[in-house]
Amino acid sequence: MNDRPSASELLAAVERFLEEAVVPALDGPVRFHARVAANVVRIVAREIETDEEHLAREWDGLSVLLGAEGEEPPRDRAALRESILARNEELSRRIRAGDADTGAWRRAVLEHLSRTAADRLDVSQPPRPAREREGP
Amino acid sequence: MGASAGRGDGISERVAAFVAQQEGLDAVRVRASQLRRLAGGASREIWSLDLELERDGGVERLPLVLRRDPPGRVGDGGDRGLERRVLRAALAGGVPVPRVHWGSGDASLLGSPFFLMDRVAGETLPRRLLRDERYAAARAAMAGELGAILARIHALDLAQADLAGLAAPPRDRSPARAEVERVAAGVRALAVEPHPVLDLAERWLLERAPEPQRRALVHGDYRVGNVLFDETGVRAILDWELAHVGDPIEDLGWLCTRAWRFGSPLPAGGVGTREALVEAYEAASGSKVDRDALRFWEAFGSYKVALVFITQSRVYLDGRVRSVELASLGRRTVEAEDELLRFLRGEA
Repeated sequence: MNDRPSASELLAAVERFLEEAVVPALDGPVRFHARVAANVVRIVAREIETDEEHLAREWDGLSVLLGAEGEEPPRDRAALRESILARNEELSRRIRAGDADTGAWRRAVLEHLSRTAADRLDVSQPPRPAREREGP
Repeated sequence: MGASAGRGDGISERVAAFVAQQEGLDAVRVRASQLRRLAGGASREIWSLDLELERDGGVERLPLVLRRDPPGRVGDGGDRGLERRVLRAALAGGVPVPRVHWGSGDASLLGSPFFLMDRVAGETLPRRLLRDERYAAARAAMAGELGAILARIHALDLAQADLAGLAAPPRDRSPARAEVERVAAGVRALAVEPHPVLDLAERWLLERAPEPQRRALVHGDYRVGNVLFDETGVRAILDWELAHVGDPIEDLGWLCTRAWRFGSPLPAGGVGTREALVEAYEAASGSKVDRDALRFWEAFGSYKVALVFITQSRVYLDGRVRSVELASLGRRTVEAEDELLRFLRGEA
């Protein structure tokens, strides 16, 4: 276990430094990129806070959809990610095969995807600086 | 942005010499000054400069914009020569656009194809349009104004020489279907992860792809970010590099796409209601807008936005451009997916 400050506390220091010292000292495209950088730090900080919960929720949702409810989730975070990726591949394959075109499974798929989208939005939270530009 | 992209690199001198030669003037009679980079991303550059032409005992002063592909890079934003011809056709058809004066596809002149057009006074930042008090009147009228201008764009005669050579879907295929398939192919080629929401959206869109009532010149990027405005309203429609032949409703749907609302609750570019936009368009064009087709094209807009985010984050992931902005854009894909889910759930 590392000493304090924690990863989140360190990121908060970087974010404050960027917003309070770097951004005001710059202008033009570099200022814009410094604000984007501060926002990226906020995204990573939120991801650290919520990752475990979001991954567990996505894994559970996919278990129900793909009929794999008995399976234990991998303990290791990297293995869990791999497993979720593989399950999403399977979900995509079934959607492309037309399995989610109608009926109860379509409703369940939409519900699951809406939930995971909400989780991802909580982390990415449309950034102000990026929105100020012309969009994507 | 490349190492030299922000600098002039002798642009002023070379522009002056080019214009002198075009106008049959002595090189010393043409001067360019005040060169400055305005904006533009990886696929294009926009510069502002002032030109002085001495002739017939007088001095003509022209505030100009130079548009060129980034030198040494194949522009992926289309053909400058074609964009110039489309601008000419639009101007002749009564569409507010800057007048193009000169241009060349010869890369030896400025390092890449370019053209020079009038610098129209005004503002282009959507946020100012949406928030500043001084634009309140312009904002209130803008959805209608954009609808009426769009009707003029779609009325341009596709048979005219200036519009020859535009990209167009095959005659026997629905442009909507062709567009969905094009974006789907892009997602499959570029996404590094599965996107079940986009798979669902693809099927939803293909099922609803409308047959167009007619084919027209489609601007291809009709949104408030490409509108030059002042307190009186629209001064010019910019960025014609994605113009193509297709279903005219595509432009109406793109203008209503959520990504271009900048957080405003008003669907038409963040400045008005769909009805204000559509009524003005119908009044000016004399043709009815199929509401299902509009809904399709609006949903398709978010599908296309998702591909834009995926493409940009892929450029970063491949190590081609190490920009923090590109790096962050992959995390915005979910915004487009969230909007698509509203359509898929039947809420939009």
